[in-house]
Amino acid sequence: MRVFRLKRWVMQNVGFATALLLLFVLLITYNMMHPRGFSSAVAIQNSNEAVAIIFVAMAQTLPVLLGGLDLSVGAIMTLTNCIASEVVNGSPAQMLFGAVLTLLSGSAFGLLNGCIVVYGRIQPIIATLATGAVAIGLALAVRPKPGGNVDDDLSWALTNSVYDLADTYGFADGGDAWWIRPFADIPVPILIVAIVALVVWLPFKRSVTGRTVYAIGSAEGAAYMSGLPINRAKITAFTLGGFLAACGGLYLAIQTSSGNADIQQAGAYTLNSIAAVVLGGTSLLGGSGGAIGSLVGAMILRVISFFFRILDIDPLLQPLIEGFVLLTAVSVGAFRTLRVKNKLDLFR
Amino acid sequence: MMQTLLSTENRPIAIASTFIVAILLAGTVYTLSTAGTAPLLSPNYLLQQLQTGSFLGICAAGMMMVILLGHIDLSVPWTLTAAAMTATAVGGDMAIPTALAVGITVGVVNGLGVSVLRIPSMIFTLGVDTVLRGLMVAQTGGFAPQDKATPIMLFLAKERMMGIPVAIFVWAAVSVAIVVILTRTGFGRSIYATGSREAAAYLSGIRTRLVIIGAFVASGLCAAIAGVMLAGYSAKAYQGMGNAFLLPAIAAVVLGGTHILGGRGRYIGTLVGVILIVLLNSVLSIMQMPEAGRQIIYGSVIVGMLLVYGRNQRVTS
Repeated sequence: MRVFRLKRWVMQNVGFATALLLLFVLLITYNMMHPRGFSSAVAIQNSNEAVAIIFVAMAQTLPVLLGGLDLSVGAIMTLTNCIASEVVNGSPAQMLFGAVLTLLSGSAFGLLNGCIVVYGRIQPIIATLATGAVAIGLALAVRPKPGGNVDDDLSWALTNSVYDLADTYGFADGGDAWWIRPFADIPVPILIVAIVALVVWLPFKRSVTGRTVYAIGSAEGAAYMSGLPINRAKITAFTLGGFLAACGGLYLAIQTSSGNADIQQAGAYTLNSIAAVVLGGTSLLGGSGGAIGSLVGAMILRVISFFFRILDIDPLLQPLIEGFVLLTAVSVGAFRTLRVKNKLDLFR
Repeated sequence: MMQTLLSTENRPIAIASTFIVAILLAGTVYTLSTAGTAPLLSPNYLLQQLQTGSFLGICAAGMMMVILLGHIDLSVPWTLTAAAMTATAVGGDMAIPTALAVGITVGVVNGLGVSVLRIPSMIFTLGVDTVLRGLMVAQTGGFAPQDKATPIMLFLAKERMMGIPVAIFVWAAVSVAIVVILTRTGFGRSIYATGSREAAAYLSGIRTRLVIIGAFVASGLCAAIAGVMLAGYSAKAYQGMGNAFLLPAIAAVVLGGTHILGGRGRYIGTLVGVILIVLLNSVLSIMQMPEAGRQIIYGSVIVGMLLVYGRNQRVTS
């Protein structure tokens, strides 16, 4: 019975299951080839580099589920990165206020996107192309030159292991208490991503609003006729996208202790987020997939780049290999077209 | 009254044209009040703006062919760069034919991926863009290749004929070709049909795969032409030279009234869209607007214009 259920789950989530399998294979191979593989230090370094793109990919997932695309996620991440580099320092209360302010401003920008899409009735891809430019402009206004100041203790504590977190802030006997021992080697960035995924994404997916997002992506007309809250779902999806992008921006500011309003970087994050979403098994046509898949997709993208370090590949060839891997990965999904019996099924 | 006079297809073009006049007037008022001159209205200045705008204009022309199908070509930046870099590396008489061949090849690859493998154009062209970047980095990274533009490239981009920059003639030639294709040939009508509803077009006997490949070839070819000219204008090819053209090209096409989901749009609109973006940029630089303000105004203008005429039908069934 249980085997049957697992089989059914795999059949229903082929893309996600493949991505998960690929990630495990890549991660294990990487750690076996790495001289210091399977250690906390390697995990900490790798997870730190993956957090920002993971959050941006999760943010991109929501508009994609609606059947649209958000070209402003990278820009929102850059904007919140710059805001965070200004406000996340001072006393603990001030830092907390700064972090909340950062997340709120990202959510507010997402809300703006949602309102333009819903009430302005403009296609998401083109509306966010424009608001992305506005976000970059605001980021440049906040921080014309790269730099910034983020509390050093916070930066250290959140980018290392749980032990270091406890050690920095002196709780659980500085990380030596018995109950924290089993978790001591886990990198904090992994915890942060896991908490956001469990506390924000999963409840959302199970709510009426979340189900409506999936319904809109499958068939908007049918969702409307079923009396689902279309407008609310769209606005919430974009707002949540803004929030998740802001999580990425906030973490990047904490990790690098600075903000940088870099247009190229914002564009690269947006494009990589689309790649991650597709790798994670979410359909660009909308209606199927999820943010957890994008999380996995983003990690696959990052792990591939980690391989370059240990494989001693000519740095000049790296972009080419990255491109081929991306192209091959998305082409694998195309084999379904070979099995289509009725040619009309191709034109969806 | 406006509503009845103008069909839905012409309304965006009329409004965008009005906006261009408004930009020119606002810029002139600004220069008159600060410097007491009106450089924006001098033909020489406008020709110069159109010369630098021709690169964007040619990119947008190709992009429009793809957007009319409801697809998008994100590989424009590195197609442009790759064409320019191979052209300068080959040099001599074969420079321009080689660049065009690069554009056609990229277009065919894009078209095959989108039409035969049925991979969404958004992600496939993005992958092709990354591969092209990788190829260029691998080709030029280790040593300094020849990157000087050939005399004929310099001529196309910089010289003037009868007082008018040659680049504008090239842009005009591309524009005429696109208009003829879209309005006078079966291929053009097939593009509109396929963009409206691919299944219906297929059932009517249109070979939609060839149509899609053809449109992507047009886009690759236009990007290659723009690359050749941009390399001529800056006298050399360099990495990342195409990055600034992707999003403005999409914006120009959409501002000109072409529907982003395909099937609707006129080329004259794209032309107006390009001129709007070029003049907006030049007025903002005359006003010495910092980059932050430029980006904000640029984004707001696109949203504002689309709110006026780019709205979708409400979903009611």
